[in-house]
Amino acid sequence: MSTSKRVVIEPVTRVEGHGKVSILLDENNKVTQARFHVVEFRGFERFIQGRPYWEIPVLVQRLCGICPVSHHLAAAKAMDRIVGADKLTPTAEKIRRLMHYGQMFQSHALHFFHLCSPDLLFGFDADPKIRNIIGVAVKFPDLAVQGVMMRKFGQEIIKATAGKKIHGTGAIPGGINKNLSITERDAFLKDIGQMLEWARAALNIAKDYTVKNLDKLKPFGSFDSNHLSLVRKDGAMDFYHGNLRAIDATGKKIFDQVDYSNYLDYIAEEVKSWSYMKFPFIKSLGPKTGWYRVGPLARVNTCDFIDTPEAEKARKEFMALTGGRPNNITMAYHWARMIELLHAIEKINELLHDPDLQGTDLIVKGKRRNEGIGLLEAPRGTLFHHYRVNDDDQIVMANLIVSTTNNNEPMNRAVQKVAADHIDGAPKITEGLLNHIEVAIRAYDPCLSCATHALGKMPLMVTLYDHNGSEIETKTK
Amino acid sequence: MFADRKKILLIGFGNPARADDGLGPALAEKIESKNLSLVTVEADYQLTIEDSAQAAEHDIVIFADASADGAEPFSFEPVVAKYSDGFSTHSVEPAHIMALAESLFGSKAKGFILGIRGYEFDRFGEGLTDKAKANLKKAVDFFEGYIQRKTMDETSIATGKRNT
Repeated sequence: MSTSKRVVIEPVTRVEGHGKVSILLDENNKVTQARFHVVEFRGFERFIQGRPYWEIPVLVQRLCGICPVSHHLAAAKAMDRIVGADKLTPTAEKIRRLMHYGQMFQSHALHFFHLCSPDLLFGFDADPKIRNIIGVAVKFPDLAVQGVMMRKFGQEIIKATAGKKIHGTGAIPGGINKNLSITERDAFLKDIGQMLEWARAALNIAKDYTVKNLDKLKPFGSFDSNHLSLVRKDGAMDFYHGNLRAIDATGKKIFDQVDYSNYLDYIAEEVKSWSYMKFPFIKSLGPKTGWYRVGPLARVNTCDFIDTPEAEKARKEFMALTGGRPNNITMAYHWARMIELLHAIEKINELLHDPDLQGTDLIVKGKRRNEGIGLLEAPRGTLFHHYRVNDDDQIVMANLIVSTTNNNEPMNRAVQKVAADHIDGAPKITEGLLNHIEVAIRAYDPCLSCATHALGKMPLMVTLYDHNGSEIETKTK
Repeated sequence: MFADRKKILLIGFGNPARADDGLGPALAEKIESKNLSLVTVEADYQLTIEDSAQAAEHDIVIFADASADGAEPFSFEPVVAKYSDGFSTHSVEPAHIMALAESLFGSKAKGFILGIRGYEFDRFGEGLTDKAKANLKKAVDFFEGYIQRKTMDETSIATGKRNT
């Protein structure tokens, strides 16, 4: 063993990806094209072929280290269909919901406090030397601690409901394998008031920043788009289950209350030669105009209401900003995300007071099927899991459309808009341009690990090309 | 000190579905099965910010990870607390965890990286390569020895005897 040589820990296979942006200029150094490339490795669908279906809810968690619960639950929902469990027991559904809301809470808290809050607290034009988590820790230490503790609270809920943080086994085909004990419940209830208070404060930061800087934020990486999400039968926001609804930029419904088992009749994926990541679109509109946004902004735009009082009040304020029409401001993702953060903790509070969580009827079964489709709203947007199983219980086909893939075209549009707005005749990647591209992509909270199943760490790399296609400059952040 | 709390936090991280990248969690699993009284064991796909809160509750934090080109069979190096600024990755480095623990929670914990050399990372698939398994065994032995030495050090301090 050597202790003198410096160890290089290369997280080459960490569940991450990397983002590469290429910008093409014309002869006058105006942007003609900007693209957000993602190196994709779609090996996972093949990896799980041949595996028994009951292993899948555990296996798919390895797709993503940051939201394994989303994959765990989407796969479990698909496997419910395989085992013919069309309606779970109240305990099973509520435990799964608690797990999912815990996931939403921790994921949104992590993004807001650790990645986005420097932009909001210091302004995204602030010096990058200050505009980072170090700056937040120095100037707003309480907020930084809150972010860590909120994330921890959500993770503890996942641990209590899924069994453990890694390879959680809580959701199984047809139900769950454990309920929530009174002791576990009481431990969470002890902290719930604090979590609610911090979530309200985080929402206010995002709202105040957006309203105060509206003139600047309105055009920043923004564009009209369609929006897609699951909604409940009564039109309420629902992260765990619902039917598909798509609206256009004005709020007009493109389709509504579509049973997600029929998603292939409504959604298709386009392949483009320059990107390994597919481009989903609404079939009836075609690839040119049928692309859509998913995630917090889309969910707040598509739902008719939120069924918790404080988040609903916040949603109304949000929608009032655009006169009740869909909000198409890219930077409004942050505000929408914090509305969802508050909704998630309100739902957790509601669930923790429900005695069904201590029920013992955990699993149901029905008539076996050979195909299962499970959708849910993951932190970053709608997540599709689709499987076929043979008579020997082995997976023979898997198709996953992950949230970040759904946002592929919008992220490209945001990059194009920002690049066009910030490169003004000088063929140079300025610090400002790099920062603005980063801020625009970050609004979508892309999880390139899921989208790419990629090898390699995730730097943001921006390359500028002249009109002949020759590289002018590359910068990495 | 030992009577009040666990002293050493071991976090094994990596993706077990990517061959030798599972070395960190594999070490965590083996150490956990030994039920060492001084050690808290965690395993995860990647490090995340809340690890800083747990790090601050311990005196020593050891991050066990697969190493793609480090020394064989493993290396053991101190971690210098240092912030890193991410673009959108949600995975953070050991140095960042230690910096957060220090600045947000007043931690004085010492950090180390146990980098276990792996060889195959490019495929989806569970199971370590034979060479990685051999390195893992040596890393487990080293870790146990390290804990024993720490225990003896603490005992010596508590009883006023110097460990030679």
